[in-house]
Amino acid sequence: MSLNQDDVKRIARLARIETSDAEAQATQAQLNSIFDLIATMQAVDTRDVSPMAHAQEVTQRLRDDVVTETDRHAAFQAVAPAVENGLYLVPKVIE
Amino acid sequence: MSETSLSALAAQLAAKQVSSRELAQAYLDRIAALNPSINAFITVDAEKTLIEAAAADGLIAAGQAGPLTGVPIAHKDIFCTDGWLTTCGSKMLHNFVAPYDAHVIQRFKAAGMPSLGKTNMDEFAMGSSNETSYFGAVKNPWNTAYVPGGSSGGAAACVAARMAPAATGTDTGGSIRQPAALCGITGLKPTYGLVSRYGMIAFASSLDQAGPMAPSAEDCALLLNVMTGFDPNDSTSLEREKEDYTRDLNQPLAGLRVGLPREFFAEGLNNEVAAAVDAAVAELKKLGATTVEISLANSQLAIPVYYVLAPAEASSNLSRFDGVRYGYRAPDYANLDDMYCKTRAQGFGAEVKRRIMIGAYVLSHGYYDAYYLQAQKIRRLIADDFSAAFKTCDVILGPTAPGTAFKLGEKSDDPVEMYLNDLYTIPANLAGLPGMSLPCGFDAKGLPIGLQLVGNYFSEAKMFNVAHQYQRVTDWHARAPEGLK
Repeated sequence: MSLNQDDVKRIARLARIETSDAEAQATQAQLNSIFDLIATMQAVDTRDVSPMAHAQEVTQRLRDDVVTETDRHAAFQAVAPAVENGLYLVPKVIE
Repeated sequence: MSETSLSALAAQLAAKQVSSRELAQAYLDRIAALNPSINAFITVDAEKTLIEAAAADGLIAAGQAGPLTGVPIAHKDIFCTDGWLTTCGSKMLHNFVAPYDAHVIQRFKAAGMPSLGKTNMDEFAMGSSNETSYFGAVKNPWNTAYVPGGSSGGAAACVAARMAPAATGTDTGGSIRQPAALCGITGLKPTYGLVSRYGMIAFASSLDQAGPMAPSAEDCALLLNVMTGFDPNDSTSLEREKEDYTRDLNQPLAGLRVGLPREFFAEGLNNEVAAAVDAAVAELKKLGATTVEISLANSQLAIPVYYVLAPAEASSNLSRFDGVRYGYRAPDYANLDDMYCKTRAQGFGAEVKRRIMIGAYVLSHGYYDAYYLQAQKIRRLIADDFSAAFKTCDVILGPTAPGTAFKLGEKSDDPVEMYLNDLYTIPANLAGLPGMSLPCGFDAKGLPIGLQLVGNYFSEAKMFNVAHQYQRVTDWHARAPEGLK
């Protein structure tokens, strides 16, 4: 498998990372060498192997449906790039 | 002061031979002198440190001191620390002052251990040389032309240079053990789930684990006593009885079965590293251990598996950095989508972008089964190899890294070459097993060599026992670089 420059630009688009043609070209070679490394696992026969998502077999805990957090929105929004009246500001989405 | 163990520092504090403020000031002075050349710290705030040290002195005076109260520690800049800049080594978070403490930070604060500052690291913990940090590379204190390893390179370098008596690190594919090896200190990645990940900026959540870094195994055991414990804020935190990880330090090693994986001593291992590891095995045999050859056949596939799974998890975890809620936002953009794309293009460095893109690709429609699912299945095979090996041995031993520290810039243009540094450390992350690196010698250039121990799940006390007994008869861990300025 080998990624072409359109593939790289499509992946960058999926990842929401603006990529110029020059950057895509540099990235293409590096991603291809990484995928060559990754390709070595394709030959392994894993037909009857169950996938391992996690090191410990744990199930999600449940807790009582009660409020445990205090209201800290002012502290959390103090680190945001743009806030007004308790709302995060972003460019207009709906005309 | 610069050659003092945590237990000795704690004893001096308890005997009131030194105050926590005096101790913190001495380390702050050393940081001020050495950090310009080592670059181990991103943030130092002497005022905050001394306030915490004064509080520790208060606890000691009131007779409320714990085992390490008053001993200062440096924290990797991946841990959210209330009121401190927390950058994760990235431009994306260059202005992020955390509004809360990570669970690990809460525990060290509760133990009365003042923070000496936030240590430098590879951006978002992605790297093996510390060269991907937005705040510049860290230099290896043994030779400042060489890398300290990564991603916890600032942590390893500050401990090696005796700018801090101990440090926290995190390890997703070797990020505690490899820099510990390259800087000549001891570091442990615990069993997955022992240390809460709450407030630790996520890279690959099924692999990330925080752990202690310090000169000796005894130091690390004392630190792990502080770090572990159930935390309801981390859904993968394990509910277990609290252990004392120092309990077996002084047990004899007679009858210990040491497993030597033949794949870890094969082609690609530097001769000097191999010789130092062999010499360490001989020391353990003198202490009564026996060796058994084992095979971790699928460990050869650990790097390809890791470079599917970790980027996949990272691409999801790092989607939160969009310029809306915290951190960097691009100054100019046409619309919301353009704001995301420009913010992420400008806020992330090249290695982080590469990994996000790998992750986005392997999870995308049509490729999931071939990459992500296949990698998860081989992850199972790798874990099964360890289970089989632990039927015939108590602890697995090998090199931590294939070589010693390399020169700054030497591998930074070739990602694959860089990735091969984690050949021996990644398998323990995939399986969720505890892994430790401890110093076992120096190469001809005077650079440290690391020995790795991998234990079975929850066998940290046994690993500390093995490492401590080795460190009683060797002095590699006690050596510090000379002539630093």
